[in-house]
Amino acid sequence: MINFQYARANDVADAVRMIAADPTAKFIAGGTNLIDLMKEDVEQPSRLIDISRLPLKTVAETAAGGLRIGALVPNSDLAYHPLVAQRYPLLGSAILAGASQQLRNMASTGGNLLQRTRCAYFYDTATPCNKREPGSGCSAINGLNRMHAILGLSESCIATHPSDMCVALAALAATVHVAGPSGERAVAIADFHRLPGTTPQRDTNLQPDEIVTAVELPAQGFAKNYTYLKIRDRLSYAFALVSVAAALELDGGTIKEARLALGGVAHKPWRNQSAEAALRGQTASPTTFAQAADLILRDAKGFAHNAFKIELARKAIVRALTQAARGTPQSQSNKKIR
Amino acid sequence: MALARKRAAEQPIQIPDKIAVSLIVNGVARRLDVAPWTTLLDALRDHLDLTGTKKGCDHGQCGACTVLVDGRRINSCLTLAVMKDGAEVATIEGLAKDGVLHPVQQAFIDHDAFQCGYCTPGQICSAVGLLAEGKAKTADDIRELMSGNICRCGAYPNIVAAILQAMGQS
Repeated sequence: MINFQYARANDVADAVRMIAADPTAKFIAGGTNLIDLMKEDVEQPSRLIDISRLPLKTVAETAAGGLRIGALVPNSDLAYHPLVAQRYPLLGSAILAGASQQLRNMASTGGNLLQRTRCAYFYDTATPCNKREPGSGCSAINGLNRMHAILGLSESCIATHPSDMCVALAALAATVHVAGPSGERAVAIADFHRLPGTTPQRDTNLQPDEIVTAVELPAQGFAKNYTYLKIRDRLSYAFALVSVAAALELDGGTIKEARLALGGVAHKPWRNQSAEAALRGQTASPTTFAQAADLILRDAKGFAHNAFKIELARKAIVRALTQAARGTPQSQSNKKIR
Repeated sequence: MALARKRAAEQPIQIPDKIAVSLIVNGVARRLDVAPWTTLLDALRDHLDLTGTKKGCDHGQCGACTVLVDGRRINSCLTLAVMKDGAEVATIEGLAKDGVLHPVQQAFIDHDAFQCGYCTPGQICSAVGLLAEGKAKTADDIRELMSGNICRCGAYPNIVAAILQAMGQS
């Protein structure tokens, strides 16, 4: 970790002013990803602007019947929040599937949105990486790519987004609230993260002088029929090979509304509305679920070490939708998949 | 936009002044002057000579550096000391009271829940945090909620047994 200056922001406007004035500065909140990246010299900010004391730590019900989550609410507090547990258990389950309790106690909601890929080549400054050094090439495409993307990838980058929380937020159609020099704006979660294209150095559409202030959930929480199923190389504390956030609204055996989002397979949480549309109005059955899986994976592409993910994802989607339809969500403690 | 922020090598930053930080460590008010990049782990070990907290991976992957800040377990290796000004920190050195071991410490001895012992301060602080959280009800829950603490010797069965004892379930 190389030297840097430290400053503390007093309020959101102050934080925006400070970041706008210094293009080599970065915000720090929980620091769980940023400090790690700084120790690896992947991130080398000249100044850290400490936003951890800003008043963005409340979870409140909105007039629209949803929930507004302050950007600095720690992941663990959010996962266990009574309103999340009652109305958005998919979100709580996804958060608890990620990281460790120590990290969840530190990591913020906004920081989770902005965490960077764990692609080993992105972390290894001795290797080319278009995300770290634009134009230097992608080491993963012809390298060790077991953990890498099968959807939405480009010739520039096959990194995946590492978050579990964001997969649930995608399924729940959350909105991200941000503030910048010209005021506040709201960004749909689907438009917040980017696909790599030719600019994989840009993970999100957040501008350099903007700060995430809150995440808002709409009223519909799918508390009855949901699951977050995460498949990984060990039972806990590992990033997803494939994860599935599934949420259904059922009328008897008929699917009235469906949400399906994947983690560990793309540069952003992967939600495909045509797959969801194919579920609507259908009978909840393995055949229907397999058709949705085929649709969401239609354009999937495997590389030397990750082609297995396509079939793994197909089976995980069918299993997750089955769990959701049965009302038996995956336990994040007992890892037996039923 | 989350671009990696890199500055040119020919633009070194001015060496910042050390920053005064006040911490309450194991119930005692401490004041120290640290550089912005000093982690809480290094502040405890190198500035306050509290070497019970261990540096394992230094990247938040092993949990050896686990301490309690304002009652919550965190990885001190990924925490900047300057950001915790005013906080209460509890380390392994502060758990025993009046010469009596903390119930989790005693349980680790009772169950032989370690071999080399390097991860043990972090395991114990993490378990104290786990008990305070009150979310673990079963051995499965303990395994899941202790997964941030790696034991290279593989003492996991005895660690789980020790924590069950401390929870009053053995």
